Amino acid sequence: MSIRKFFKVVLPLMVFALLLAACAPAAAAAEPAPAEEAAAEPAAEEAAPAEEAAAPEEFTFGILMVGVYNNKGWDQAHYDAGLYVEEQIPGTKMIYIDKVNSSDRPGTTAAQLAEELVAQGAKLVIFNSDDMKDSAIEFAAAHPEIYVIFSTGDTQWAEGANYQEFANMQNPMGRMEYGKMIAGCAAALTSETGKIGYLGPLINDETRRLTSAAYLGAKYCWEKYAAKDPADLTFEVNWIGFWFNIPGFTSDPSQVTDDFFNSGYDVVISGIDTTEALVEAKKFADGGQNVFAIPYDYMGACEQAPEVCLGVPYFNWGPAYKAAIQQAIDGSWTNGWSWNGPDWSDINNLDTSAVGFVKGDALSADNAAKLDEFIAELAGGLNLWTGPLNLQDGSAYLADGEVASDYQVWYLPQLLEGMKGLSSAAE
Amino acid sequence: MNKNRGLIDFLFRISGIAAALLFTSLVLLVARANPLEAFANIFMGVVSTPIKIADTIVAWVPLILTTCGLVIAFTAGLMNIGIEGQIMLGAIMTTGALRLLQDSGLPPAVIILAGFLAGVAGGVIWALLVGALKFYGGVSEIFAGLGLNFIATALSLWLIFGPWKRAGVASMSGTAPFDAALWLPMFQGFRLSPWSLSLAIISIVVVFILMKFTVVGLRLKAVGKNTRAAIQMGISPSKYMLLSFILCGVFAGLTGAVQVLGVYHRLIPSISSGYGFLGLLVAMLVDYQIIWAVPVALLFAALNIGGIQLPIMMKLDSTLSGVMQSSLVFFFLIMGGVRKKLQRKEEKPSNE
Repeated sequence: MSIRKFFKVVLPLMVFALLLAACAPAAAAAEPAPAEEAAAEPAAEEAAPAEEAAAPEEFTFGILMVGVYNNKGWDQAHYDAGLYVEEQIPGTKMIYIDKVNSSDRPGTTAAQLAEELVAQGAKLVIFNSDDMKDSAIEFAAAHPEIYVIFSTGDTQWAEGANYQEFANMQNPMGRMEYGKMIAGCAAALTSETGKIGYLGPLINDETRRLTSAAYLGAKYCWEKYAAKDPADLTFEVNWIGFWFNIPGFTSDPSQVTDDFFNSGYDVVISGIDTTEALVEAKKFADGGQNVFAIPYDYMGACEQAPEVCLGVPYFNWGPAYKAAIQQAIDGSWTNGWSWNGPDWSDINNLDTSAVGFVKGDALSADNAAKLDEFIAELAGGLNLWTGPLNLQDGSAYLADGEVASDYQVWYLPQLLEGMKGLSSAAE
Repeated sequence: MNKNRGLIDFLFRISGIAAALLFTSLVLLVARANPLEAFANIFMGVVSTPIKIADTIVAWVPLILTTCGLVIAFTAGLMNIGIEGQIMLGAIMTTGALRLLQDSGLPPAVIILAGFLAGVAGGVIWALLVGALKFYGGVSEIFAGLGLNFIATALSLWLIFGPWKRAGVASMSGTAPFDAALWLPMFQGFRLSPWSLSLAIISIVVVFILMKFTVVGLRLKAVGKNTRAAIQMGISPSKYMLLSFILCGVFAGLTGAVQVLGVYHRLIPSISSGYGFLGLLVAMLVDYQIIWAVPVALLFAALNIGGIQLPIMMKLDSTLSGVMQSSLVFFFLIMGGVRKKLQRKEEKPSNE
């Protein structure tokens, strides 16, 4: 074949391709505007503060999110907290990488991605998942000059079981146990069959205590407000294996939810980072079944299917991140662990409350009033982590009248007696 | 006619790459992003700092190891799709060996070596299973491999959730990390280990020599090109196919071992990082020639690492680098097909 022939064949192909490409820019000539704008924006932002007399120094912080940043769950709660900080502390700028897990970003580690954020100017990096524990520790040790927030962790809890001092690390966590108790209460008040399902993520200290808290709230309200026999309440957890669905690796959360609804459970409380429980509940409700769901993590989670949503317990990371970032800017940073509770005067105050609960449209007015009573009881000092309480295997957890310490709650070794489901991995 | 052949082959290759670039640009334009900016970000994401260059090589090592194995399998005419599972088994066996020996008091070097050997054994066993299913069960290596990939995933999940779980935890996050003494030593300040880099280079040389200068390589080619002719030449195809499975398993096992010892330092469910499937693409592109695999695997590794910039810089999904990789292969193979067709057309009349 001659070169001429080659060109005879390939050139038309190329011209065709070029034409395609040329046509696209014709449309794109208008289109790339967003891209250009996006590129131009930061420059403008940089320029604007410089003109002001007392320009706040720019402080870039990075967030590594285990899931998708707009998942109406865990990760979006963190993303929104980042936006909150940008708004509250002038001069701060958020950058982020989402889907930071080894299935979505094969061949990378969270520590490596954290360095990418640093390369983009981040002086503080937030690791938003317990899944990144090893990487957060590795990164904090290797980069003492960078501030590290490892959310949900306990490495900076001096009295905790896993203390490893890093001067540059903080561990914030919300006292979601309260949110879960409220969720459990809403479920128990609404359930007609007395069968409540819990869509569990993976099993660890955190998920054991949160699931158990939901159970405690459900049991309390079932007896006190619904005035029903505790023997008629079934509370079962089914774990999928991770914080969200990874096809082929975890159980399918939609399937797990369907199984609950198909076997007489009429409320499913979600413990995972995404909203499958709610979506499935809507499908069943559309099919005529009287079922409900309680999503998790994100204030706006109910929006996806308000008609079956009893409410959502959510994290409000904004105040904790704001405080930590302010410390980093001021130079007043100290390492530490904080377990931040709700602001009982208004659990939905986004400036002060670390956890909150938004009632859903599906919660009846009557039950909403009872739920408010329950919340008032909690605010008044009701502590459901009070003995006598046994662990799932019947062994004693708290003696009669004994109140659990933070340590006992944080490191809850098993689910509680009366709950169905695995306390630990199957042997 | 022949004097131009090399040049024309080259031009076809280049045009495949150009078509892939154009296609990816179109995808980017549809996503309302500036293609040049995206390519520039990917490029800078690879070369802008020494750490990024090193990270690219970290990804290149397992990819080239896998490709080494696949080039041998392809040469013998075997589509070893089961390479993913073979990598996983390698990783599982390496983890098993380390768990067994980590408290034995043996020197870390010995334990690491044992980890590598166990990994190789794992890869070979899983590859031989594919071979056995093919020769004794009459199951195509494609289906056998796919099935065994699923079993390998299930096995690793079971181990991570069950016998090898962290205390009190049931998460697919993986097993507890090994003590740093059992990690492959790295260049100071980098994630790259001189040992895994050396392993990759040695593997390339070994495969190059094996395919180019040995009788075994020649016979593997004969089996792959024309089984019947090979039989007439007195070569046992099944013997050489099994051999190629074993050799491929060796490299897959090494890949798994490197992932555990040099990258993740523990077993995770997606320990293969998809390098098996990516290696299949590389092997398809390089047409049995391991030397070409060196730059192509580097390009693919670079796309993986550089792609990380897309979400940070442009809020684009980094799977776009996967689109680039796949479209490269697609257009390359199409161009290859066009070229062969044209050459055949041209050669026919001259033969008459």
